[in-house]
Amino acid sequence: MTNSPLIIAGKEFKSRFFLGTGKFKNKKEMAEAITACGTQLVTVALRRIDIERHQENILEHIPPGVTLVTNTSGARNAQEAVRIARLAKASGCGNWIKIEVINDSKYLLPDNVETIKATEILAAEGFVVLPYMYPDLYTARALVKAGAATVMPLGSLIGSNQGLKTREFIKILIDEIDLPIIVDAGIGAPSQAAEAMELGADAVLANTAVATAGDPALLAKAFAQAIEAGHMAYLSQLPTQRTVASASSPLTGFLYDIPAKN
Amino acid sequence: MISLQKINDILSDQRPESLEELAQEASFVTRQYFGRAISLYAPLYLSNYCSSHCTYCGFHALNKIKRIKLSDDQYHREMQVIHAQGIRNILMLTGESYQHTPVKYLKEAAQAAAQYFQGIALEVHPMRVEEYKELFAAGVDGITVYQETYDRTRYAQVHLSGYKKDYDFRRDTPRRAAQAGMRHIALGILLGLSDPVTDLFELYEHLAQMEKSYPGVEYSVSFPRLRPIKSQEFMHCDVDDMVLTKIIALTRILFPRVGINLSTREEPKLRDHLLEIAVTRMSAGSNTSVGGYALLPEEAQDPQFDIKDERSVAEIIHVLKSKNFDPVFTDWRRIENNV
Repeated sequence: MTNSPLIIAGKEFKSRFFLGTGKFKNKKEMAEAITACGTQLVTVALRRIDIERHQENILEHIPPGVTLVTNTSGARNAQEAVRIARLAKASGCGNWIKIEVINDSKYLLPDNVETIKATEILAAEGFVVLPYMYPDLYTARALVKAGAATVMPLGSLIGSNQGLKTREFIKILIDEIDLPIIVDAGIGAPSQAAEAMELGADAVLANTAVATAGDPALLAKAFAQAIEAGHMAYLSQLPTQRTVASASSPLTGFLYDIPAKN
Repeated sequence: MISLQKINDILSDQRPESLEELAQEASFVTRQYFGRAISLYAPLYLSNYCSSHCTYCGFHALNKIKRIKLSDDQYHREMQVIHAQGIRNILMLTGESYQHTPVKYLKEAAQAAAQYFQGIALEVHPMRVEEYKELFAAGVDGITVYQETYDRTRYAQVHLSGYKKDYDFRRDTPRRAAQAGMRHIALGILLGLSDPVTDLFELYEHLAQMEKSYPGVEYSVSFPRLRPIKSQEFMHCDVDDMVLTKIIALTRILFPRVGINLSTREEPKLRDHLLEIAVTRMSAGSNTSVGGYALLPEEAQDPQFDIKDERSVAEIIHVLKSKNFDPVFTDWRRIENNV
């Protein structure tokens, strides 16, 4: 395993911690958290961008140089996600889009089928598409085919802080999918983010945990460091993560024994 | 789902420590799912013509108030005033009158509102699915419809005549709105009209049914309440601040992601404190009279209910920020609604 940089759609990211911008007390705390953790990519819901009101416009508080990804929060099907993405682009928010298609306001689970459809349409229109999905191998493969720039499987329910409940399935995506795997949703503590990185995720996106912490900037920094540590651990080839056969063969070594002469 | 008995136990528990515990849990859940974001909206009364006789309402058909319906030019002027205050979510209301405020009128008002607002909701007479579809296509994303009370006997006692007398048609309204594609649906009960325990139980059942059948809709609930005033002989009971707080906290715990509204019917102090516990949506700078923002002087206005929180939008923003809340003006960017 080599320490190759994280590249999404040709853009290099030194920080593997991505931050969502919802639920902060105020824009100042959000901006401080962004600066403190050194993230280079933030997501903003188009529904929360008030283009007309400069003082209240969240975009005014995002430091220059940070990549803005608009999300399609509120979309209930592919068609709505596509319309929101186009509106975001027309509003000057760029062409990086995180697709969120959610048709369940109780669990907020993403609709994988509609997500694939939206990815296909938007990628063909030249958007850089980061689809948020439930970690399913077939969906991930379809997203690759549809032109996604990354795959963003959920760790657990949005805002639940429950960590990597989908660990085994995310691991399959890490092993099988060649696009960057960004673990998104449900990551409630730096230790959980580190776990995802140790597993081999390429990056982690967090929001609720940071935004609702007593000191968001401090927690954001802790996340960034945990993610870096987790990534280093992954590169080190953790002994606990070895899935291939070990050099010694305690179970099959007997087959190579030289038969004793009677 | 919670039992009737359990709701009764919670609402009748007088111990301060139980209430505090309930509030703490609700507050934790609210912060987890909503952070400190508070969505703001304003009501716009388009018309007070009404063909129903609901004993508790200032607009009811037999009440001798001046009946007004805003013209195209007039609602534009009202919308401009609300827009200038910074509000981007509008709730347009009328009395219940198919005759005076038919779908065509509501559609035109919605098309006008689309020039100023990102979120457009209606609180008007219940309609059929086809009518809701027309309104959805015209830009309406939300429907507010309160059952007022789920107790059929009480319902019949306070809804004496008109369309609103039809309990089942009203009870089924959220389903029809959802079927038409509406994104936001607000349910509610009018506290004080009937037994709050039964009403709350029925409201929870209704909400749970809706969540199950139409999971894609964002739901919110409201708990407007009648306060004891002379001549309000239709009141069944007085739901005091303590019970209202319990109701709001319990609702949050049972429905973590559901929006909870609190209108300007309530005093500023109570509103501000309930934000800490569970409220996530509030109206601001409200006027509950037809033409109240730009057209009529105060002495000429007939409000649907008296406003207790008279703070302006700017004042509400200031208060929210000083309490570390993030006032949210847009939580939707209008897209073309395909039916």
